[in-house]
Amino acid sequence: VMASSRRPEHTAPPEVVSVSSRMIEIQTQMSERAVELLNLPEGQPCYLLDVGCGSGLSGDYLSEEGHYWVGVDISTSMLDVALDRDVEGDLLVGDMGQGMPFRPGTFDGCISISALQWLCNADKRTHSPPKRLYTFFSTLYSSLSRGARAVFQLYPENSEQLELITTQAMRAGFSGGMVVDYPNSSKAKKFFLCLFAGVSGVLPKVRKNTYIQKCFEHFLCRFKNMKGKSAKKGKDWILEKKERRRRQGRGVRPDTKYTGRQRRPHF
Amino acid sequence: MKLLTHNMLTSHVKGVTKGYPLLIKATEVKFNEVEFNPEFISRMIPKLEWSALIHAAQELGHRQDLPDDLLPDYDKNEEFLKKVHKALLEVEVMEGCLKCPESGREFPISRGIPNMLLNEDEV
Repeated sequence: VMASSRRPEHTAPPEVVSVSSRMIEIQTQMSERAVELLNLPEGQPCYLLDVGCGSGLSGDYLSEEGHYWVGVDISTSMLDVALDRDVEGDLLVGDMGQGMPFRPGTFDGCISISALQWLCNADKRTHSPPKRLYTFFSTLYSSLSRGARAVFQLYPENSEQLELITTQAMRAGFSGGMVVDYPNSSKAKKFFLCLFAGVSGVLPKVRKNTYIQKCFEHFLCRFKNMKGKSAKKGKDWILEKKERRRRQGRGVRPDTKYTGRQRRPHF
Repeated sequence: MKLLTHNMLTSHVKGVTKGYPLLIKATEVKFNEVEFNPEFISRMIPKLEWSALIHAAQELGHRQDLPDDLLPDYDKNEEFLKKVHKALLEVEVMEGCLKCPESGREFPISRGIPNMLLNEDEV
């Protein structure tokens, strides 16, 4: 489990967070991948929504690809940076949790880079994460055209948080699943939540090193596997460790009914 | 804020059912040249609320004799598409506010960015 102090959404509300150059590089890569997952019709200029656009890094990539976009962010200071960088999209100040203020069927797609996990936090006393997530997803659903997709790159903290997000997304009418790039690397691993509005689409093509989650039902058990480590000193942990040592070619006692079993109490 | 964005924006204040179109009260309007993309414009036209666009363009003084009703075969009329392009993407409201037609709530626009944040009691 990641130390909570390292997660920006734990240190401050979204209005006051800044980024470094390393984060910029990673963000651009992630927006490229998110656009790829949107699976837009080739060679066609589309009208897209960027939720949590920040300083407009992901938007730059959208413009490069010939798309038009609208960016929504809660942080005016980040939007000021976007203005100074002369981004091509139109910008709005808005809070995801208050819903997306657009007419039905407006956008051909939606991307969001590292923004969704902020909604799982209650920064104010009146905030209720499930309610805010539902408001966000239901208004987003209506503002997308039928058959459009929404791709969210996110860093889920734990499986409960993911369940919270996916439940509300399904309630709002979305179908879809999770795409995990580089599932075996703890650093490069990236989670993309792909949602379909209306027509349930086919999940994106598998890229090498990509692990695709077919649907939400299987989601939680598979998430456990993806996370790798089990609770330390538990039976699963011991079995996994023995398996690992066996793969390394070390001498390991065979698994029996006594493996990982508690000893009888002693005085 | 471009008029394309304005055409898509609605008011999401609690209790408002339609909240469209938002009235523009502009104090500063800029004209920004943007590359013309006929394919994008003709794709967007069916999505537009035409009367809202005409009304907004008229208010800002950039209507450029756009007709009250949409032309039937607009996708082949390049001159028409160019005019729509100008109204949609090149006119930018820099300062002013957007007013919700139902609740009268005003959303301020500063440096070209509308602030759509609601107060706690409006959610």
